[in-house]
Amino acid sequence: MNAPTYNFAYLDEQTKRMIRRAILKAIAIPGYQVPFASREMPMPYGWGTGGVQVTAAILGPKDVLKVIDQGSDDTTNAISIRKFFAKTAGVETTTSTDAATVIQTRHRIPEAPLRAGQVLVYQVPIPEPLRFLEPRETETRRMHALAEYGLMHVKLYEDIARFGHIATSYAYPVKVNARYVMDPSPTPKFDNPKMDNCPALQLFGAGREKRIYAIPPYTSVVSLDFEDHPFTRYKFDAPCALCGAEDSYLDEIVTDNKGSRMFVCSDTDYCEGRQAAGHRGTESVAPHKEAAHG
Amino acid sequence: MAPMTIELQPGFADKVLSAQSTFRTVMEAMARPGQVMVVGDEVGGPSSMMPGVAAIALTLLDQETPLWLDEAFLRAPDVGAWLKFHTGAPIVGRSDAASFALIAEPATLPDLASFALGTPEYPDRSTTLILQVPSLTAGQTFHLRGPGIDGMTALTASLAPADLFARLSINEALFPRGLDVILVDGRSLVAIPRTTRLASSGV
Repeated sequence: MNAPTYNFAYLDEQTKRMIRRAILKAIAIPGYQVPFASREMPMPYGWGTGGVQVTAAILGPKDVLKVIDQGSDDTTNAISIRKFFAKTAGVETTTSTDAATVIQTRHRIPEAPLRAGQVLVYQVPIPEPLRFLEPRETETRRMHALAEYGLMHVKLYEDIARFGHIATSYAYPVKVNARYVMDPSPTPKFDNPKMDNCPALQLFGAGREKRIYAIPPYTSVVSLDFEDHPFTRYKFDAPCALCGAEDSYLDEIVTDNKGSRMFVCSDTDYCEGRQAAGHRGTESVAPHKEAAHG
Repeated sequence: MAPMTIELQPGFADKVLSAQSTFRTVMEAMARPGQVMVVGDEVGGPSSMMPGVAAIALTLLDQETPLWLDEAFLRAPDVGAWLKFHTGAPIVGRSDAASFALIAEPATLPDLASFALGTPEYPDRSTTLILQVPSLTAGQTFHLRGPGIDGMTALTASLAPADLFARLSINEALFPRGLDVILVDGRSLVAIPRTTRLASSGV
């Protein structure tokens, strides 16, 4: 019996054309969610089926692919998606942000600045930023059509009324090109400023919800806020325990069952690069507090 | 009487990989309006169709994309048959029902409002216009700005119709509805999505 063979990058050509047409419209209307006929993929929803379909539609033999899951190149999800494309498209894969031409990501934007010519593909679970405020698709469509985003500001205001500050820390809503309010996928709001005026093309794929949207390069992306409660980045008051970086997003790692923990860069490539360059952290397990604002 | 036969030109030599690389060229063009991109793949096509237009057609068209052709393409004996054979796209008479419009002689481009402009809820349901223009290297210089452009970019082109950018100003009033345009000269192409504005318009 012959081993099953697939088309280049798994998807059939007709599906790729359909996704490619959706991507072009998404780029032409920044932040607008283009419906597409999402296919079943050989992985469950929630594992990046939207991102995988976008990557499959754009990937070519000359591309170098990097896949990250929460910043890490070596988690199960990242490794299996990388292997999937190494197998079905024969592309070169990498963990280096700089060497990659296509980066598929779940919930992080790499710390290293992206450059023109790179494509960042986000895996998106729920593309509609207004969904938890208005469950009906017909209504959210109309709200986007009318640019009626008062409800989102009310939600942020209620955060302030309840907690004294905007407590949304991930999937923080942004306005793209001064028109569409968009969900940046569940990236920490720490990453939001990286989306603004980015030289790379950013594509978003939501497989279960069947939506594709995009931010072209050099496009304004503004995190929603108020004059008296301006947007602030999530900030840590300690450096990475491994590389000493003070400007990166940190993961909390519990190191024993007595409550000891360490904070290390979520972006493994960035952290390893800094360590290779001689930067050292405390590598201690000293617990420290993080400040939500500062 | 023997039936007249037309020898069809080939399409891509490698359907899968040429469609991929052409798509990346078009995607880069759409993401960086005003920049000239070049289709590198070998592509056949009818004599009246520029290779860039043929490559885009083979990459993006299929049975799901109603296609509108201008008079010049409709008159050419081999264009309809070539498109039908290689893409299967249904050729429609109503321009406002088309996903794509291929225009050989843009000087006679009909009123832009006659194409599909999308709806406020679904602005993506609009016609993408593909125009064969006289030159994307010489002619008048246009200063463009908008998403995808770092500040401002200059496009030097000889356009047809000459007042294309003035006519595309409907995109500004209609946004997010509007028309996305791809200009083709030989193998070179430039995309003008609906967000691109003339910098001199001052808005």
